[in-house]
Amino acid sequence: MRIFLNDDAHEVDAATLAAALDALGFAGRKIATAVNGRFVAAPARPSTKLADGDRIEVVAPMQGG
Amino acid sequence: MFYGIELSSRLLLGTARYPSPAVLERAIKTSGAEVVTVSLRREGGAGRAGQSFWSFIQSLGLRVLPNTAGCHSVKEAVMTAHMARELFDTPWIKLEVIGDADTLQPDVFGLVEAARILSEEGFEVFPYTTEDLVVADRLVEAGCRVLMPWGAPIGSARGLNNVYGLKSLRAHFPDIPLVVDAGLGVPSHAAAAMELGYDAVLLNTAVAEAGDPVAMARAFALAVEAGRAAFLAQPLEPRDMAQPSTPVIGKAVLGGD
Repeated sequence: MRIFLNDDAHEVDAATLAAALDALGFAGRKIATAVNGRFVAAPARPSTKLADGDRIEVVAPMQGG
Repeated sequence: MFYGIELSSRLLLGTARYPSPAVLERAIKTSGAEVVTVSLRREGGAGRAGQSFWSFIQSLGLRVLPNTAGCHSVKEAVMTAHMARELFDTPWIKLEVIGDADTLQPDVFGLVEAARILSEEGFEVFPYTTEDLVVADRLVEAGCRVLMPWGAPIGSARGLNNVYGLKSLRAHFPDIPLVVDAGLGVPSHAAAAMELGYDAVLLNTAVAEAGDPVAMARAFALAVEAGRAAFLAQPLEPRDMAQPSTPVIGKAVLGGD
């Protein structure tokens, strides 16, 4: 299945957001996520099903003013 | 002071644009700030910058105020706030909805709308706004219990562009904590804001991009303290005519004219 993570295309074999994040190297990381413009809280990632073409946003802490 | 949280420092410091993490850490410690602003950005599977910044922030043991910097729409700002709340585990959000790319002036219409949505969702909103009194009223109606008017455009180092407007805001909202956020360049700007009776100042670039950020952090801390002390000491209002400081009664009559 082809999904987009922060605009980059990836082929993943993952049914859920949690599985896709694990497959793409985010396991255990301090991140927040959204799918197709909707915020997905961490506890909801394992139950969030992915479909071909879904757009995932992953953000992490950074410096700010 | 802010949503039931009492702080002893009246200086809030941003964490961006420092020459190195070591300088950032020393600047924060020297400033005495108890609240630092942070943000969030995309990170790929191979990236580690966010994780190391998160460890650094945790090691400081300070309160964090995440921002929605760079958001130009209500939807973007609201979603960013949700992500920030989860990432940083705080209901505090410095709400920025930018309306103009050149001045980074807040879109006050979007700001009020986003503030209402977020307040209803349990956020404690710190709105980055202009000094407009009516907008401020709407923000308070929307649930904001802190207001953060700009001194001048972000990063411009121009100081307090509209002292009259900031004074009016202070007079109109005696019980709402007011923070001058953005546009300060030198410590005298911070002192001036505090002398007006503002509760705190929030700055970033003025310290981060100074030639010596750590020394400048100290200078701002001193200025904030001096300005607050001056406000509490009830400063004079300017007057048009001179008034002799030395009493004239009893002056010797020595002739001559």
